[in-house]
Amino acid sequence: MPLVELRHLSKHFQRDSQVIAVFDDIDLDVPEGSFTALMGPSGSGKSTLLNLVAGLDRPTSGTVVVAGAEVSAMGPGALADWRARHVGFVFQSYNLLPVLTAAQNVELPLLLTRLSKAERREHVATALGVVGLADRAAHFPRQLSGGQEQRVAIARALVSDPTVVLLDEPTGQLDAHSAAEILELLQRLNREFHKTILMVTHDPHAAQAAGTVLHLDKGVLTA
Amino acid sequence: MKYFPLVWANLTRHKRRTVLTTLSVALALFLFASLRSVVTTLRASADVGSETRMVVQSAKGIVFFLPQSYRERLQAVPGVRAVTWADWFGGVYQDPKNFFAQFAVDPESYLDVYRGDMSLPADQRAAFIQERTACVVGRSLMEKFGWHLGQTITLQGTIFTGDWPLTIRGVYRSLQPSFPEDALLLHYDYAYERNRTWMEPGWYVLELSDPGLAPQVAAAIDRMFKNSSDPTKTGTEQAFNTSFVTMWGNVSFLMDTIGMAVVFAILLVAANSMMLSARERTNEVGVLKTVGFGDRLLFGLVMAEAGTIAASGAILGLGAAKALFHAIHFTAMGFLPGFDVTAGTLALGVGIAALLAAASGLVPAAAAARLSPVQALRHVE
Repeated sequence: MPLVELRHLSKHFQRDSQVIAVFDDIDLDVPEGSFTALMGPSGSGKSTLLNLVAGLDRPTSGTVVVAGAEVSAMGPGALADWRARHVGFVFQSYNLLPVLTAAQNVELPLLLTRLSKAERREHVATALGVVGLADRAAHFPRQLSGGQEQRVAIARALVSDPTVVLLDEPTGQLDAHSAAEILELLQRLNREFHKTILMVTHDPHAAQAAGTVLHLDKGVLTA
Repeated sequence: MKYFPLVWANLTRHKRRTVLTTLSVALALFLFASLRSVVTTLRASADVGSETRMVVQSAKGIVFFLPQSYRERLQAVPGVRAVTWADWFGGVYQDPKNFFAQFAVDPESYLDVYRGDMSLPADQRAAFIQERTACVVGRSLMEKFGWHLGQTITLQGTIFTGDWPLTIRGVYRSLQPSFPEDALLLHYDYAYERNRTWMEPGWYVLELSDPGLAPQVAAAIDRMFKNSSDPTKTGTEQAFNTSFVTMWGNVSFLMDTIGMAVVFAILLVAANSMMLSARERTNEVGVLKTVGFGDRLLFGLVMAEAGTIAASGAILGLGAAKALFHAIHFTAMGFLPGFDVTAGTLALGVGIAALLAAASGLVPAAAAARLSPVQALRHVE
């Protein structure tokens, strides 16, 4: 049984009086424990698709089911709770809060749980250890390199042990060396920790790290 | 509590801006407390005065004297228990800046009529009554100038010209919060002996045997002197004090309107700064929503920031006003006896701070809660 199921998914935008269709009637299954890359040119709608899976946006029609829960039918409050428990999201531009240290950034999802301060601290240390930044816990984002910032963002996405990890162009702003490190880290997370990963990228080299590569172009999804 | 580091981190993001905004709020509330206290003190002073006391003054105005011969006639009015009289002395101690109120009074009758408002030890009272060049001084005035009992001070007369050496024989304490404790009382006779050609009592104070008789007593006295060369205007002591307060009427109006307008202008600037600070972080709101922060939680976090600034400003501004005026025994050189930042003023100040927090926090907090995660993230994506 797939972990993520998209059925007859459509997304349209209204711009003034014009309706723009990003994609129509898409079906997709993402198996549990898989590492899937979603490729496509700019404007193809791959980030929109990722946002729908994450429950950040609503489809025009169709359903999004993740781990048996129909995400597309949830209200805003339930959706926020669901995201906190089931989704780890990584942005292209890291999106760390500049006023918080690496540890505090990683701790953010845990603030929404019932964990004690000591338990939160332990989970944060573990997550930072997994991404190899245990010694940078007290550093602020401005004191880290781009690659390190993205690793902190991945630690933030992992710390609450989410059902699915979604990444939107995670290597898009990194040099080749840092990008390779991030991809290696993602492969390790998939291999060793059996994390289900869905990654959007337009970089063929990054896509090679995934076990499955899908293409979205002109509203059509192909393997 | 676990979210406080997040609130604090956002507040310290632009430390200078946060400090300046907090100081603006503090300054506005300090001004509010100060101006409001002037108004409340003026209003309170109008309420001072025993219900059993009446004041007889010249119908021509407060600066006109009344004949000494009126004393016996006033004493004879049914319902009048005691009569005393006083004059505004208006002397200068060393420098005109050292202003304080001085009254030339008939010691024995004056201390008797005001026995419920001021306390003076019996030996000091006797010494004051017996010595024509003696004076008694309020406790705070003694402390202000560092005087001591038995010391001779010299006033330079302005109305009653010349030097006036006076020996301090007593220190009185106020028994009522708004009875001035920074005044000086000297013998009417001492002033009169050097100005007998023109000096007369400035006003009479009557003590009634029954406060219910006030309207009849006032009417009888004013009727008695109606066709004389010195007609009178008789009213309760409260009304007499109110007549002084109404001279401040425009000041009260200015305090209440222009002053408050300035205060609110400062608060609006502070509110704008707080709103700007929240708007700048729209993208971060998107990130927090992505992580799983709900709309209500985000609304609360933004409101908490506004509340922290407003509360800090309130503690600083209102606390400073309360502590400062209390520490320096502020009375505006005796014009505002009993000046105090009242609990009512502090409560009103806290209310304004809460209103500020709501006004400055609600708009960005509601916006943060209302935005969809994708809309919020577009600010950076």
